[in-house]
Amino acid sequence: MGNDILMTVNWSRAQFALTAMYHWIFVPLTLGLSFLVAFFESIYVKTGDESWKKLTKFWMTLFGINFAIGVATGIIMEFQFGTNWSNYSWMVGDIFGAPLAVEGIFAFFLEATFFAVMFFGWERASKRFHLFSTWMVAIGSNLSAVWILVANGWMQNPVAMAFNPDKARFEMQNFFDVALSPTAVQKFTHTTSSSFLLASLFVMGISGLFLLQNRHKEMAKRSMVVASVLGLVSSGFAAFNGDESAFHIAHRQPMKLAAMEGLYTGTEKAPIVAMGIINPDKKPGDNLPAFKQEVIVPGMLSLLANRDPNSFVPGINDLVYGNPTRKIVGAQERIASGKIAVAELAKYKEAKKAGDQAGAQAALALFNQHKDNLGYGYLNRPEEAVPPVALTFYAFHIMVGLGTFFPIVFLCVLFCSVRGTLENHRWLSAICFACLFLGYVASQAGWVVAEVGRQPWAIEGLLPVGVASTAIAAGSVKTTFFIFLFLFTGLLIAEIGIMVKQIKIGPEA
Amino acid sequence: MIGNLDITVLQQLWWLIASVVGSLFLMLTFVQGGQTLIFTLPASEEEKSLIVNAMGRKWELTFTTLVLFGGALFAAFPLFYATSFGGAYWVWMLILFTFVLQAVSYEYRKKPNNVLGARTYEIFMFLNGSVGILLIGAAVGTFFTGSRFSLGTYNQVTWGTPYHGLEAALNYFNVAFGLFLVFLARTLGALYLVNHVNHEALVARARKASLINLALSLPFLLTVLYGLLTMPGFAVDPATGVVSLEQGKYLHNLLGMPIVLVLLLVGLVSVVWGVVATALLNKNRGIWFGGLGTVLVGLAVFSLAGYHGTAFYPSLTDLQSSLTIYNASSSKFTLTVMSYVALGVPFVLAYVAYVWRVMDSKQLTLAELTTGEDARKMY
Repeated sequence: MGNDILMTVNWSRAQFALTAMYHWIFVPLTLGLSFLVAFFESIYVKTGDESWKKLTKFWMTLFGINFAIGVATGIIMEFQFGTNWSNYSWMVGDIFGAPLAVEGIFAFFLEATFFAVMFFGWERASKRFHLFSTWMVAIGSNLSAVWILVANGWMQNPVAMAFNPDKARFEMQNFFDVALSPTAVQKFTHTTSSSFLLASLFVMGISGLFLLQNRHKEMAKRSMVVASVLGLVSSGFAAFNGDESAFHIAHRQPMKLAAMEGLYTGTEKAPIVAMGIINPDKKPGDNLPAFKQEVIVPGMLSLLANRDPNSFVPGINDLVYGNPTRKIVGAQERIASGKIAVAELAKYKEAKKAGDQAGAQAALALFNQHKDNLGYGYLNRPEEAVPPVALTFYAFHIMVGLGTFFPIVFLCVLFCSVRGTLENHRWLSAICFACLFLGYVASQAGWVVAEVGRQPWAIEGLLPVGVASTAIAAGSVKTTFFIFLFLFTGLLIAEIGIMVKQIKIGPEA
Repeated sequence: MIGNLDITVLQQLWWLIASVVGSLFLMLTFVQGGQTLIFTLPASEEEKSLIVNAMGRKWELTFTTLVLFGGALFAAFPLFYATSFGGAYWVWMLILFTFVLQAVSYEYRKKPNNVLGARTYEIFMFLNGSVGILLIGAAVGTFFTGSRFSLGTYNQVTWGTPYHGLEAALNYFNVAFGLFLVFLARTLGALYLVNHVNHEALVARARKASLINLALSLPFLLTVLYGLLTMPGFAVDPATGVVSLEQGKYLHNLLGMPIVLVLLLVGLVSVVWGVVATALLNKNRGIWFGGLGTVLVGLAVFSLAGYHGTAFYPSLTDLQSSLTIYNASSSKFTLTVMSYVALGVPFVLAYVAYVWRVMDSKQLTLAELTTGEDARKMY
C-alpha cells in the first residue's frame, strides 16, 4: 500500500473513530433516558401527581439538550460511509444500505415527528396523546438503534450474501437472515441494555448530587428508585447478552476474542485474565510473555468461548500462522489463497472485457475456489490480521470490571430507597455521582472492543479497511478530522455548560 | 407481487421514490428559508424568537428527510452514494457541517450558559439556510452539468480535480440552481410564517417577504430553465448502455415525457399562486400551494435527470463512467426487499400529517413563548 493511501486510510479511521466516539457520548443517554422520561410521565398520568410532572419535565429538558447534539453528530456518521469509505459503500451498499433506509423510514420519523409534541405539546395535545408521543420518541430512538446495529452486526459477522464478480460487490441473499443474525440480535440487546444502564447511572448521578447538596430531595429520591430498578434489570440483561455475545465472538471472530484476552498461544482449559498488564514488546510469533503481571482464572475462557472449561481456545499465533493439529487455517495460508482470488478476479474482468468467454470461465472457476479468502488477498503480512491487542484487552477489561461494579450500586440504592434511608448515606450519593462518569467510560470502552477488535477489517474477513476507503488526498481527510475535532469539542463544551446550568436551576425554575 | 417486477421497473420505481423524498426535502427547506429571515424580518428579539420557534417545530422533519434521502440513495443506488459522496468530498462535507450547526442551534440558542451566545447560534442557522442550501443546489446542478470523475475496473471513484466537488460552484448553472433554491426556501419560509404565527406586524412583513423573495428567485429560475432547455445532455443508449452527449437532451426529455412538463408547469404556477394569494390577497394557506408546487418542481427536475434514457450523474472526464439508474442500482433482490419496506411509507406520512395537524391547529403566539407551560423549553 502506498504511503499516501496508508495515510488516507489511517486519517479516515481516525475520523470515523472520533465521530463515532463523540456520537456515542450522546446516543446511549438518549436511548435510556427516553424510556425513563416515559416511565416518569406514565406515573404522572396514572397518579395525576403534579410533582411527577415537574420531575418529568426536568429530565425531559436534559434529554432535549443531549438529543440535539446526538442528532448533530449522527448525520456525519451516515454520510461518512460515502465520503470516506466509498469503496465500502459500493462493495457492500447492496446489503448495508437497506438497514439504514429502514432506519430512516421507520425510526427517525417516529422520533422526529413526536419529538415536537413531547417538547412543545403540553398545551397543544391531550395528556394521553402527549404521553403517547413521549413513548413514541423512546420507541423511535431505540428502533433506530435496531437498524444501525443490524448493519454493524453484519459488519462483524457477514451473513446471507454472495459476491458478484461482474459487479465486484457483495449482494444480499436474504434480508431476514441479515436482520435476525445472532450477532445483530446480540449487538442490539447488549447495546440497548447497556444504554439503559448508563441512563440509569446518569439519573442516579445527578439525583445523588442533589442529595449531597440538600436540594430537590424528594424529586431525587423518586428518580433514584425508578432509575435503580431499570439499572438493575438492565445490568442483568447486559451481563446475560454480553456473555452470549462473547460466545458468538469466539466462533465468528476468534481473533477478536484472542485480543480481548491477550491470548497468544491457544490452549485447552484457557484461563481468563481477570486483571493484567500487557507486555508492550510482545509480538505474534515471538517467545516473550504476553503479560508483565496477570491474575488468571483457569478454564474460564474455555467455558466462556465453548461452554466447556476443558475445551481448546485458539490464540493469536494459531490464527496468524495456522495450527494443523487443531485444523486451524491461519492468516498466512489465507493470504496466499486470497491473492489467487484477487488475481483471478482481475483476469476474469479482463477476459470479459476482451470477449474471451473461455478465459473468463476459467478465471471464474479458480476465483470461486478461493473467493472465501478474497479479503485476505489484500493483506501483505499475516501479522496484519491482528487487531491492536493492548487497546482491545484494556477496553474489554474496563468494560467488564465497571459492568460488574454497577449492579452493586443499583442494589445498594434500591435497598436504601426501600428502607427510606437513602439520604442518610451520603457516601452512596457520592458514589452515584462518580458512577455517572464511570458509566460513560464503560460505554465507550465497549465500542472500542467492538470496533478496534474487528481491525483490520471493515467487513470481518472480507474487506480490509485499506481497500474500503475513498481514494482522496490524506490532507483533505486530515483537515476534516481537525474540523470535526474542534467543532465537536466546542459543541460538547457548550452542551456541558448548558446541562450544568440546567441542573443548577433544577426542576423548580 | 413486487417480487415479480422486472429489475428495470424496480430501478425506475426507486428513482421515483428517491425523487419523492428529495422533493419533500426541498419543500421542507422552508425551515432553512425561515432561518435566513431571522436577521431581516423581525423588528424585535421577541419577533425573532417567534420565527425561530415556528421553524423549530419542524426542523427535525427536514433534517430527517435529508437523512432518509441519503439512506434511500445508499440502499437503492449505492454506486451514486459511493461516487458522489466519496468524490465530491468537500461539497458534501460543507453541507454536512452546516447541518451539524443547525441541529444544535435551536436547542442551545436561548439556553443559559450556552458558551457561544445566542447570536452565534443564529449565525449558524443562517449559514445552514444560505450556504447549506446553495451547496445542495449546486450539487443537484451537477446532475445536469456533470462532474470530473472516472470509475475504475471495480468501480472505485477517481475525482479529476483537487477541489473534490467545490469546482461545481464555478459553474453558472449550478450556482443559479443553488441561488434559486435559497430564494425559494426563503419564499416558503415566509409563507409558513404567515400560516403559523399569530403576530400582525410580523405576518405583514412575511407576506411582503414572500413576494420579494419570489421575485429575487425568478432570474435564477429563468437561468436554470434556459440552461436546461439549451444545454447538451447525457443520453444513454438503452440497448448498449453507451453514454453520449446529445444537444437539447433535457428539452427532448420534457417533450418526450409530457407528464414531467405538466409537473413542472403546474408546480411553478402553484408556487406563484401560493405567493400571490398570500402577499396580495391576504390568504394564510399559501404555504400549501408553495409546498406542493415545490414538490412537483422537484419531481420534474429529478425525472429530467434520471428518466428517458439519461445519465443522472454524468462524468465529464469519461462519459462511460457516467451513472444511470440502471448501472448504479442495488441488486434486484435488495430493490425488491426495499420496495416491500417502502409500503410502510403511507403509514409514516399519515402519522406525520396527524401530528402536524395537532401541533399547528393553533397559531404560535408571543404569549406562548413567554408565559406558556412550555415557555422554559422554547428555542
